Amino acid sequence: MTHAHNHGHDFHHEHGSELSEMQLRTLAIETILLEKGYIEQAAIDELIETYEKKIGPRNGAQVVAKAWVDPKFRKWLLEDGTAAIGSLGFGGRSGNHLVALENTPLLHNMVVCTLCSCYPWAVLGLPPLWYKSAPYRSRAVADPRGVLKDFGIELPKDTEIRVWDSTAELRYMVVPMRPAGTEGWSEEKLADLVTRDSMIGTGFPKSPKYLK
Amino acid sequence: MNGGQDIGGMDGFGPVQPEPNEPVFHSQWEKRAFALTLAAGVAGGWNIDMSRFARENRPPNEYLTMSYYQIWFAALEAMLKERALVSDDEIAVGQTLKAPKPVSCILKADDVARVLYHGDPTERETKTKPAFKAGDRVRAKMMNPVTHTRLPRYVRGHLGTIDRVIGCHVFPDSNAAGAGENPQWLYTVRFDGGELWGADADPSVTVSVDAWEPYLLPT
Amino acid sequence: MNSAADMGGMHGFGPVVPEKNEPVFHEEWEGHSFALNMVTGVANLWNIDAFRFKRESLPPPEYLNLSYYGLWTRTLELMMLEYGIATPEELKAGHAIAPFKQAPRAVTAADCDNMVRCARPFSRPAPGPALFKVGDKVRAKNMHPKHHTRLPRYTRGHVGEIARIVGCHVFPDSNASNLGEDPHWLYTVRFDGHELWGADSDPKVRVCIEAWEPYLEKP
Repeated sequence: MTHAHNHGHDFHHEHGSELSEMQLRTLAIETILLEKGYIEQAAIDELIETYEKKIGPRNGAQVVAKAWVDPKFRKWLLEDGTAAIGSLGFGGRSGNHLVALENTPLLHNMVVCTLCSCYPWAVLGLPPLWYKSAPYRSRAVADPRGVLKDFGIELPKDTEIRVWDSTAELRYMVVPMRPAGTEGWSEEKLADLVTRDSMIGTGFPKSPKYLK
Repeated sequence: MNGGQDIGGMDGFGPVQPEPNEPVFHSQWEKRAFALTLAAGVAGGWNIDMSRFARENRPPNEYLTMSYYQIWFAALEAMLKERALVSDDEIAVGQTLKAPKPVSCILKADDVARVLYHGDPTERETKTKPAFKAGDRVRAKMMNPVTHTRLPRYVRGHLGTIDRVIGCHVFPDSNAAGAGENPQWLYTVRFDGGELWGADADPSVTVSVDAWEPYLLPT
Repeated sequence: MNSAADMGGMHGFGPVVPEKNEPVFHEEWEGHSFALNMVTGVANLWNIDAFRFKRESLPPPEYLNLSYYGLWTRTLELMMLEYGIATPEELKAGHAIAPFKQAPRAVTAADCDNMVRCARPFSRPAPGPALFKVGDKVRAKNMHPKHHTRLPRYTRGHVGEIARIVGCHVFPDSNASNLGEDPHWLYTVRFDGHELWGADSDPKVRVCIEAWEPYLEKP
């Protein structure tokens, strides 16, 4: 039996041994592609560096903060998300078809990909484990209020919850409501209140007291 | 529940692989797991619907990885613990640690033949009349209970025809939840393959399920 | 295909468990698994739809039990084997084994920078006029293709409303099997929760998906 075929049955292994096994298998792929000239090592390192350190929810927070202070930008963002975030230098991978969803007192948006893990990388970076896992993928579309409870959130019964299942290449980000008590704040300070979860729809922005 | 057990219509499992000269049990522990489940059911006082729910009520990834008797055994442990007949500590050491809880009856060896012969008939008397008759068109409800049900996902929402009125039988959805037998009229409902699987399906295929009245709507 | 990946509406997975201060990659190898998947995309060895199809084709017990990046590594192995980039012996040995064909060109850090910043939009010129307009009621087809599709099972057969005309996009059902991009009109379709989950479900929930025109029909 080939190595590859063997590993089809190795999912019984404990988590600890699966780690070292996965290290070896990933390294095998990398070594082969390098040796055959498909990739340069620097490309791998650059990608890891980019998504580990450079692209993250801070991007989306900037977008939201600008939408909070600038009504023209907000309108643009809701009409043409790709172009609006592009004006701030965000876009590219998983951001070519960006749609912004506006939360209101009567409407709460949540984003999921039940089929895999599609997520707006350009504005949020890579998704957290919970977003990609079976509990979220299976329950978000059927029981979003139950899922919000897992995040410690309870919405009023008459709030409409709209769940967006990212089945195509459109990527969604939620524009949460601006917290009260932030009048006159700068965009930079407002961005500090915008959490990643608030842009997925499983959280709210921090309260201004947080930044006191 | 829409658990790992509800896999009608799912792809990716590969071909059916019959085992030549397959033994009844593949190992000693399987024999014991089987027998323990039946015997403990008498002492534990649970019904078969509760057993089925205990089996399916686990993360789907576990359900789909465990062997058949591993699932039975896991469900047995769960039901024994639920009823405080056995504790986690006792399972860990494999010994009794505190006085046993009294039970109303146990399965004695002399009773086995009789009990197995009697079986577990589920038909019950009723004064109600069935809502449907053979030939009626019905729609399987769009329902997604998190509790036990026997309406598979692949028929929900689809149109079928009453093939036969079976009788009034214990209703698993209630019985599994400990809410009583609540017997309901039971029907065989037949669906065209095309109705279930789409325009490209084999036109010679029909599929039937046995569905209780609460699962069905008139059209 | 009706794969293990298609889990919208499944029960039994437990609560969502967010991890505090979760790192982007839990182990160093995960970062490499991620990066390797990106560079193979830039190298144009296969398209993203073919990769998704391969991943969801894993037997359900395997799919459901591998970690997220475990799935990516496993899928990469299978793609490399299928596309002749590596042999089983090479994967087992962990390095290339001569004789082998050199790649026409290596993906550089600059290529990746470009991919990250610009990527490649999926929109394409329209093959003809759109069949539906905003506000139209549509039914998601009851289709069960064995090939890759992005119409989740929980929507099939249900009636929704066109909320937006997105444009013309590469059609995954075709692209995943390397039958060409075959772009079709893409719509955002909105469904009421009751329609999807039944009369007992939360009346205030609506679910939107993107659906290509071949997935939809007049109700």
